[in-house]
Amino acid sequence: MQKVIIIGAGHAAAQLAPSLRKQGWKGQILIIGDEAYIPYQRPPLSKEFMAGEKTDDEILIRPLSAYDQHDITFRLNETAVKLNPLENALTLSTGESIGYDYLAFCTGARARKVPIPGSDLEGVFYLRSIDDVKGIKHRLDVRVKDRAKKSSKTSDSANVVIVGGGYIGLETAAALRKMDVNVTVLEMQDRVLARVTAPEVSEFYQRVHAEEGVQIRTDSIVSHIGGEGQVSTVRCESGKCFDADLVIIGVGVVPNVELAEEAGLLVDNGIVVDEFAQTSVSNIFAAGDCTSHPNALLADSLMNGRLRLESVPNAMEQAKTVAASICGQSLPYASYPWFWSDQYDLKLQIAGLSQGFDQVVIRGDHKNSRSFVAWYLKQGKLLAADCVNRPKEFLVAKQLLSRGIKVDPALLVDESIDPKTFLQ
Amino acid sequence: MPIIHYIEADGTEYEADVVVGSTVMQGAVDNMIDGILAECGGSCSCATCHCYVDEAWFEQVGEAGGTEKIMLEMAIDPQPTSRLSCQIQVTEELDGLVVRLPESQY
Ligand SMILES: Cc1cc2nc3c(=O)[nH]c(=O)nc-3n(C[C@H](O)[C@H](O)[C@H](O)COP(=O)(O)OP(=O)(O)OC[C@H]3O[C@@H](n4cnc5c(N)ncnc54)[C@H](O)[C@@H]3O)c2cc1C
Ligand code: FES
Repeated sequence: MQKVIIIGAGHAAAQLAPSLRKQGWKGQILIIGDEAYIPYQRPPLSKEFMAGEKTDDEILIRPLSAYDQHDITFRLNETAVKLNPLENALTLSTGESIGYDYLAFCTGARARKVPIPGSDLEGVFYLRSIDDVKGIKHRLDVRVKDRAKKSSKTSDSANVVIVGGGYIGLETAAALRKMDVNVTVLEMQDRVLARVTAPEVSEFYQRVHAEEGVQIRTDSIVSHIGGEGQVSTVRCESGKCFDADLVIIGVGVVPNVELAEEAGLLVDNGIVVDEFAQTSVSNIFAAGDCTSHPNALLADSLMNGRLRLESVPNAMEQAKTVAASICGQSLPYASYPWFWSDQYDLKLQIAGLSQGFDQVVIRGDHKNSRSFVAWYLKQGKLLAADCVNRPKEFLVAKQLLSRGIKVDPALLVDESIDPKTFLQ
Repeated sequence: MPIIHYIEADGTEYEADVVVGSTVMQGAVDNMIDGILAECGGSCSCATCHCYVDEAWFEQVGEAGGTEKIMLEMAIDPQPTSRLSCQIQVTEELDGLVVRLPESQY
């Protein structure tokens, strides 16, 4: 019987396996995952799961029985360690070698480690997996109890320092505030979200986090994490020092490409694939965070026509393309990216890719309210929209992008005009 | 366990047991029903879990409110009984519910 092996049991794998069945794949499907879990949703890790509003089972993408029904098998807690594409053979950490007809890399990305002295102390965490969050929550529990024992004031809450003011850091800060924890975010740039948003949006998030009781310190380069065995302080280059019961480092990710690279596959900031998700080896495909893929729709934003995205919709759609390619159909992947981030009562929905913009116009009041849109344009053409508590504008923006409709920036910001009319 | 009937745009029908407390969206994802994408996993952010509730069931299911209502206005081909399926919680009372899925979620 023919066999597809999927490496990695994350979002892309969870879409690829059932899509293969839908496309008529009758052969074996084996998913190899180095975590202990069948695929689960990662977005809630820094949101509802961190805040304790959802359990392990509730964040599974689907239960095991659903995969069983479609004859999709898993080998969990096992890592694919060596690939020989000439012999179609994959070696696992157990030493076992298995053959395949088609192989799919759905290996995702891992948290970027920082070489800060003290970052190996107990109580310093990264945030990518369910186990990371369990570690964080366990430590928090222990610290809260310790403090309650030592001090008569129960209001003496634990101190968490988050290194990195990106989406994951900010979402984590918001989730932890629900638990009465003192949260400090240290960002090395002069504003949070500097890599991905306009200054107006950064300013907005800094204001809201301050209103919610989070200390945000920009221009803060962490130089040293201190403590005896356990973390107790975080020191910045400026000399400023913060008490910390727990440190969470969220400074971006690196794609899991080493296995592919060692096997001789083309890798360039991600496993290089074409629009059919095919790698440089014809029976090997890749989807999700680990890929560098072309997208002709985003020519205005991209230097060399390629990009690597870190988002669930990207992983899911690309996985469908892999399924089609393996089943001999053609479903080229090129769509406008979109993303979301939930913090406090803020629902941020982002349509498009803002990279390369030369103009930002704001609809609504980002200085005083909690609802506005930042439209990103390049030479008058819409590239993206950051929509905070503006679901309507978000869906309008998605359509403006996919239909290539140009709207005068003066209209984009005019609150007296229903955004729906932009589509006419 | 309540049974939910999903009817895809091409007429394909699915019958799924969905646990109480879960959502109509999750029932579709668990059963690998293609007509629901659910890209945001149920956080009411994507509108790719749009469905049409069978008219006989609409009163029981109830109307959309808040963010969902605004999103539905801009979904592809909205109709009076449109809902985002991730916002429909499954209860015993919904045993037998029929939902139709749109041709496309984009
Ligand atoms: C805290 C957090 C919040 C997020 N929030 C959002 C959000 O709001 N919206 C959004 O769109 N995206 C969000 N993301 C990003 C999103 O989770 C990723 O884009 C998505 O998980 C990518 O799916 P993937 O399948 O490519 O990789 P992953 O889901 O990372 O899965 C890859 C899996 O492969 C395993 N693996 C790697 N190498 C091997 C090997 N050699 N052998 C066996 N297994 C291997 C990994 O351990 C992992 O389990 C968030 C991510 C995190 C961490
Ligand atoms: S699953 Fe995204 S809005 Fe319902």
